[in-house]
Order: sequence, then structure tokens, then C-alpha cells
Amino acid sequence: MELLFAFCVGTMTSCGVYLALRGSTFSVVLGLTLLSYAVNLFLFAGGRLMVNAAPILKTGEQITDPLPQALVLTAIVIGFAMTAFIVILAMRARADLGNDHVDGDPPDFPKAKRGGDNRS
Amino acid sequence: MSHLPILPVLVPSLAAIIMLLPPLAKSVSRQRTIAWLAFAIMAVVCWQLVASVSHGTTIYVLGGWQPPFGIMLLVDHLSVMLVVLTTFLAFCACLYGSAGEELTGRFFYPLFMFQLMGINGAFLTGDIFNLFVFFEVLLIASYALLIHGGGKEKTGAAFHYITLNLLGSAFFLIALGTLYGTLGTLNMADMAAKVATLPPEEQAITKAGALLLLLVFGLKSAMLPLHFWLAKTYSAAPPPVAALFAIMTKVGLYSIFRVFGGIFGADAGALANMADAWIWPLGLATIVIGSLGVLASPSLRLLAANVIIVSVGTLLLSFVVSDGQSLSAGLYYLVHSTLVGGALFLIADLIKVQRGSAQDRFVIARAMAQPGLLGAMFFTAAICAVGLPPLSGFVGKALILNSISEPLERTWVWSSILLSSLIALVVFSRAGTSLFWHLSGKKAGETKAQPAQIAAIALLLLVTPVITVFAHPVTEFAQQAANDIADSMHLVQDIIAHPPEVNYEAH
Repeated sequence: MELLFAFCVGTMTSCGVYLALRGSTFSVVLGLTLLSYAVNLFLFAGGRLMVNAAPILKTGEQITDPLPQALVLTAIVIGFAMTAFIVILAMRARADLGNDHVDGDPPDFPKAKRGGDNRS
Repeated sequence: MSHLPILPVLVPSLAAIIMLLPPLAKSVSRQRTIAWLAFAIMAVVCWQLVASVSHGTTIYVLGGWQPPFGIMLLVDHLSVMLVVLTTFLAFCACLYGSAGEELTGRFFYPLFMFQLMGINGAFLTGDIFNLFVFFEVLLIASYALLIHGGGKEKTGAAFHYITLNLLGSAFFLIALGTLYGTLGTLNMADMAAKVATLPPEEQAITKAGALLLLLVFGLKSAMLPLHFWLAKTYSAAPPPVAALFAIMTKVGLYSIFRVFGGIFGADAGALANMADAWIWPLGLATIVIGSLGVLASPSLRLLAANVIIVSVGTLLLSFVVSDGQSLSAGLYYLVHSTLVGGALFLIADLIKVQRGSAQDRFVIARAMAQPGLLGAMFFTAAICAVGLPPLSGFVGKALILNSISEPLERTWVWSSILLSSLIALVVFSRAGTSLFWHLSGKKAGETKAQPAQIAAIALLLLVTPVITVFAHPVTEFAQQAANDIADSMHLVQDIIAHPPEVNYEAH
């Protein structure tokens, strides 16, 4: 179980970091969201993974550590607020700067052929 | 139990909430009244905190949960010093903001108060997860303040700043998870006790977690190579906000002092002083890069931002050299550099407004409406920032240089600090010359500075001679603050080992 869990957290983290390093704000926001999920899972594992253990103290039984659950709850709330904020900011940047590149100034791509793509 | 320690967090947050209630939400003048009221209360609170800390360090346990289980606030010389500094800087920035910035966007005062609450909380808390929470409070307020008033430049800078800080927060949580996994506690003092007796097989992973924390705090404090965001962000921010941001890098530095001086300090067994090997070269390199930035700055705001980077490097060095004996000098310098950095941003804004389209760039432009007044303020701030006698910059740098005894350290630190001061001297002279003397023939501008703006800058600059004249009591306080980094941990460990009798029935 630990191996699977570690693999999931690792995959999500690397995907999150990769997306956060991309050039457009949309991927960056997605990357940060993925990263915050990975972090929440990681924090949760900080109290050790257990199966069939009571989440809250009961006498005489095996229990999990309740503190990481409280930490994750806090982290989720904060991460949610931050994601909402950066989504709004990304939309604002799209409106203000006229493109969705993170620097507000996309590098020069070769221009599309005339009449090639009318949608843009 | 006295409720004094929670007030620096409670007063700004209550003030902000009151400002958002219907009778006040739409009236800036009423919000302003509440802000002044809150600052008046904070002044009394600060006075009481200084008085209480002279009787020794106290802790405040929230909800009566004794450490290491509950969240705990720690009131020692270091946190009191920084809370007082923050409150004073925030008051001056707010005073400056009351002359215009308050009207460029909505909710200037409530955001300002939330930011103050976050910074004060970060300085007071004795629990490392709570530190994370207060970091987020101050960050989300700073995001909103940064784009206050809107505009292309602000939006672009804000996106970088926010993305970096969200990544930083993610790493902060990973570090906390790792440390909790090995140490099993989040109370700083309890962590310090557990680190000392850590089994060898867990040391490597704890070290990894701690170094991740260094990465996060390095990002907040603009330590090389994580300083790239600072210049752009600070120069794009609205002036009063940029002035308040002068304390934000110090929040990162404070966390480095607390975590790597307290938890992983000299008593940490196998992990003692683990970060010093990193902070040494990075601090030096920060000074070098900051000085290069100072040389290359095309405008006064960017110059002020780069001066802040140099001061961060200097403070990092003061933390690691001569086994921590220089830190008290560093803390004196911290107070000075925060106030001067804040003042420089405000002066830059006045100059920018009065020079019209040339703004604060170092180019030929029309004369200012009040060259004498602005020149005097710029000159004072420049003397402080460069570190020339007789003002506090000189005292601060001299204290740091004087506190180093080992020849090798002395060579590196003396040469870096003195050379960076020389560079600052050259650049500030050039900046003053081109701002005040290289004039085009056009008529001087008409816009004059408002009394509140002048008062705010004058207040910030007046502290400099005060802490120069009263250097002895201030350095004594700073010495106690430096000692408290380790002493407070021991004090709380004693409380954990011998918990006081608590009658839960009475609560």
C-alpha cells in the first residue's frame, strides 16, 4: 500500500511541477492544483498509513494519528482559496494583457499561414 | 492568564472585519477612522508588550491546551521587537496611503489590516503549522494589496509573485509533513527537544525536510537564487504597499532565525547548525547579486528593491558568522534596513509623481515642485542606506563588522559588506545627481506632496537618528532578542517537562 501511495503522490507531484513550469497560465493553474492535491495526500501520510484503524480515539483499539487529518483539512481550505484567487487573477491577466502567457508577452512563434486558421 | 499576546493578531483582524460591515463598507473615511483607532490601540498593546517582555518570556496557550498539544504564542524579545517594528512601519505606510492610494481601489484599509494581522501572527506563533497558516494569511492579503488599483504592470508582476508563493506554500507543507513524520510534533520547542534525540536512521529524512524549509524561507526572504521575483514585484506594487513589503522579506529571515537557530540550532545533536553551510555562500552571493542589481538599476524604485536584497544578504551573513554572536548586531541592522527600505519606496513615489512622464527613472527631466524637501529626504535616506556616519546605517554595519573575530570570516564579510556599501554610495550619488540636478528646460511640475505623505516619510526617517542616539538600549534589546532564539526553546521545553496544574473545570 505504501508503495502505491508513494507512486501516486510522486506522479502527481511531478505532473504538477511540469505543468507549473509551462508557459500558459491555464497549465500553471492546473499544475498548482495538482501539486496541492499531491501535498494533501503527502501530509495525510505523515501520520503513517493504517488500515481498519479508528479515525478518532477509542479505547483499546488501534487508532490513526488524527493530527495530520486536521492539517490536511486546513491545507485544503487554504489551497481552495488560493486556487480561486489565482484563477480570477489569470482571467484578469488574460483581459489586461491580451494573452494567457505567464509573462504577459508570448515569445515569437512563426506566424500561421494566411487564411490557414480563421478561428484565432 | 493575561490576554495581551493575542491582541496584536486580534486587533487588526477585528478592525478589518468591522470595516467590512455594511455601515462602513462603502465609506472610505469611516474605514480610515477605524484604522487610526486600531493603530492607537496597537500602540498601547505594543507598549504593554515591551513592558511585559522586560519581566521575561511568556507563552500564551490558545484554548488552554498546554504545549505541546495546543497552539501556542510565544512572546519573547525577538517577537516583540518585530511586532513593534511591523506596527510602526504599517502605521507610516497607512498614513501615506491615506493621501490618495485609499481611493484607487476598494478595501485598502481592510486588506492592510489583514496583512498586519498575518505578519504579527507569524512573528508571535510558537507552532510551526500555525506559522504556515499566518504565512498564508499575510500572503493572500499581500496578493490583493499588490494588485490594488489594477493596471497591466501590477497584474503581470502579481501573477509571478502568486505562482511562486503558491509553489512555496506547497513545499512548505511537504516540509512540514516530513518533519511531522519523523519528529511527531509541530510545537517548535518540542521539535527542538525531539531533534536532539533523533535516531540515526531518521536524521537524513529530517535534514531533507528542514532544508526544504530553508528553500521556502529563502524564497520569502529573497535569498539567492530565489530573489528574482523581488525587484519586479516591489517596484510594481502601490507605494504604501511596497513600503509595507519591506517587512515581508524579514518575515522569511525571522523564520530562518527561529527554525535554524532554535529548532536546528546549537543543541540539535547530529543536525546542529545544519543550514549554516548553505546560508554562508548564499548570503555572500546574495550581497554580490544585490550589489550588481544596485549598479544596474534604471529607476529609484528598482534601486530601493535591490538595496533590500543587499540587506537580506547582510542579515543572512550576520546569522551564520562567529557562531551566532553577530546576530544581535544583525537584528539592530534589521530594524534600520526595514524602515529605510520602506522610506525609500515612499520617496521614490513622491519623486515619480513630481517628475511627470520621466517618473523615477534616472534620466533628464523637468524639475520637481519641491526639490528642496524631496532632496533632503532622499539625502537622509541615502546616507542611511549606504551606511555613512552619523546615522543608524553606519552603526548597524559597524556593529556587524566589529562582532566578527575569526580572520577568515572577517575577510569575506568585511570585503563583501564594505564593497557593497561603496557600490551603494556610488549609485546613490549618481541617482541623486540625475534626479535632482540633470534638469531639462521645461517648467517645474505643479503637483505637490500632501502633508500626510511628508509626515509618513518624516516619521520613518526620524527613527534613524533616534536609534542612533539610543543605540545602547536598542542593541541591548537586540542582544536579548538574539539570546532568546535558543532560550525561549529551553523555557518552553521546561514547561512541557513540568506542565503547570490546569484546572479544566474552571474554564
